Amino acid sequence: MSNKSNGNSIRGKVHKYDIDNIDTDVIIPGPYLKIHDHKELAKHAMEGIDPSFPEKVSQGDFLVAGNNFGCGSSREHAPIALSQTGIKAILAQSFARIFYRNAVDGGYLLPLEINESTVKKISDGDELEIDIAKNEITNITNNDHYLMKPFPELIAKIVEAGGLINYKPDY
Amino acid sequence: MTITEKILARASGKQKLSPGDVMFAKVDKVMLHDVSGPGVIKVFSEWEKKKGLKLKQIWDPDRVWVAEDHFVPSADRISAENISNLSNFTKQYGITKHFKYGLGQYGICHTLSHEEALVLPGEVYVGGDSHTNTTGAIGAFAAGLGHTDIAYVLMNGQIWFKVPETMLFKIDGIKPDHIMAKDIILKIIGDIGTDGANYKAMQFAGSIMKHLPMEERLTLTNMTTEAGAKNGIIEPDETTYAYLRERTHTKYSPMHGDPDAHYTEVFTYEIEKLEPTVAKPFSPGNISAARDLQGTELNKAYIGSCTGAKLEDLRAAAEILKDRKVKIRTQVLPAAQSIYMKALNEGLINVFMQAGAVVGPPTCGACCGAHMGVLGKDEVCISTTNRNFPGRMGHVESKTYLASPIVVAASAVTGRITDPRDVRN
Repeated sequence: MSNKSNGNSIRGKVHKYDIDNIDTDVIIPGPYLKIHDHKELAKHAMEGIDPSFPEKVSQGDFLVAGNNFGCGSSREHAPIALSQTGIKAILAQSFARIFYRNAVDGGYLLPLEINESTVKKISDGDELEIDIAKNEITNITNNDHYLMKPFPELIAKIVEAGGLINYKPDY
Repeated sequence: MTITEKILARASGKQKLSPGDVMFAKVDKVMLHDVSGPGVIKVFSEWEKKKGLKLKQIWDPDRVWVAEDHFVPSADRISAENISNLSNFTKQYGITKHFKYGLGQYGICHTLSHEEALVLPGEVYVGGDSHTNTTGAIGAFAAGLGHTDIAYVLMNGQIWFKVPETMLFKIDGIKPDHIMAKDIILKIIGDIGTDGANYKAMQFAGSIMKHLPMEERLTLTNMTTEAGAKNGIIEPDETTYAYLRERTHTKYSPMHGDPDAHYTEVFTYEIEKLEPTVAKPFSPGNISAARDLQGTELNKAYIGSCTGAKLEDLRAAAEILKDRKVKIRTQVLPAAQSIYMKALNEGLINVFMQAGAVVGPPTCGACCGAHMGVLGKDEVCISTTNRNFPGRMGHVESKTYLASPIVVAASAVTGRITDPRDVRN
């Protein structure tokens, strides 16, 4: 396993799909929506785009993509399936709103927003170290550094709580 | 403030809200179905395990309803198990509004929402399905959520939102017979893109509203999801009130935007200039005029879903199919039992069957590739549904073209993508 965690830093390998609008139907196709066994869902993660995806991923890895990641349905199966393969964070230019809040509120994985030039600089197979507190990404493979967009205040608190169910708001 | 901002302000006890503000809002109504419901049950059981407690009651069972729609009538053993788990769940928590197939009224959750007047103007409504946006046509704030968020609402009665910016779409003119609401929303998605309204509210207005029936309005708000919108909304008017009068006696307090409300963008369309429009594979934003695609050979026509199998949709399709025969496999699946009954009483079901189509039970069915006529490899379908991503309706190498009920019906008659004007003549 390539994953090492050190305080607020997470480390893993990149699986890059350099496309926009990766939708929930390709992340986890409709027929699997009746399945609620999380491990079973992982076997079909990204099936519509790359059926070998679950075998490629190790615990703690990252997925890198373009704009509007996770568009389409509200199926929480999508972040569940990805996180169960081992994906710890998705780095994308932007996220569809329900995918984003499902990822955070369910406490499955981190949706991290990066800009277009950063997407271009990261290659498939690169090793990254991400410091969540500092919003910094280090590309260990080519010794490069990037910034990511900080979480809004409430999102940061929910992430810290490990999901919305564990979060105590002051209404 | 816009109608969306005013509804959220009232629900969060604030005098004023602006786009970007993050707050917790009280929820008036919540929906779950046979896909999001089992997820909610799992969240509850994990919470119980972690806390070592029993979750004895939920926030307000009378504000909750449950639909069975994606995999019903139960497509296989797993689906059947999900349905029986849902039945146990609603019994345990005293949720009486559980619309069960084979037990009277049931159907697609978003269709039940308006058919049964479960959501009223001015309310905050969340559902465990992305097309929850549909119900905004009634003048409510309606947004889709995942099952963890729905579980949270069931426990606490509130949920966080970021107040969306509002984009206003003004559609003016008199609707020609060959144009339906589906053409309008496909054109808009084609113009702004499938992320063109990400995190935003899409509000519809303009002179067409005077004559646009409620069910057509619901098609507009339904597909705001395909532009990434948080919610779609239409200010309530006499059409809304008349529609609700036929369905409920419950009082409600409607909300309207202020005259000086701020819209981040305003788009204007003249409906007479629109063409019957088709979204090509593999995106709802990949649009063309139906006439520009008229050579495209098809294998199937599908008239179904919350988008395209309401009573107005079935009436429109039947008007084309009357005294004609379909040339390709054609399925009609009314969106709810009540709509099926109305279609039966109006003679529409007879028209469909005389034309050669198969008429099936209300279900999300093949719209989401679940069951009931999914597509095989290389099959090409024209459909009244809302999405055409790779594999959406079946095999990842099948193709779906999205269109209005009259374009789908006209295409079923010729076996090729067809503008309804070209079969009517």
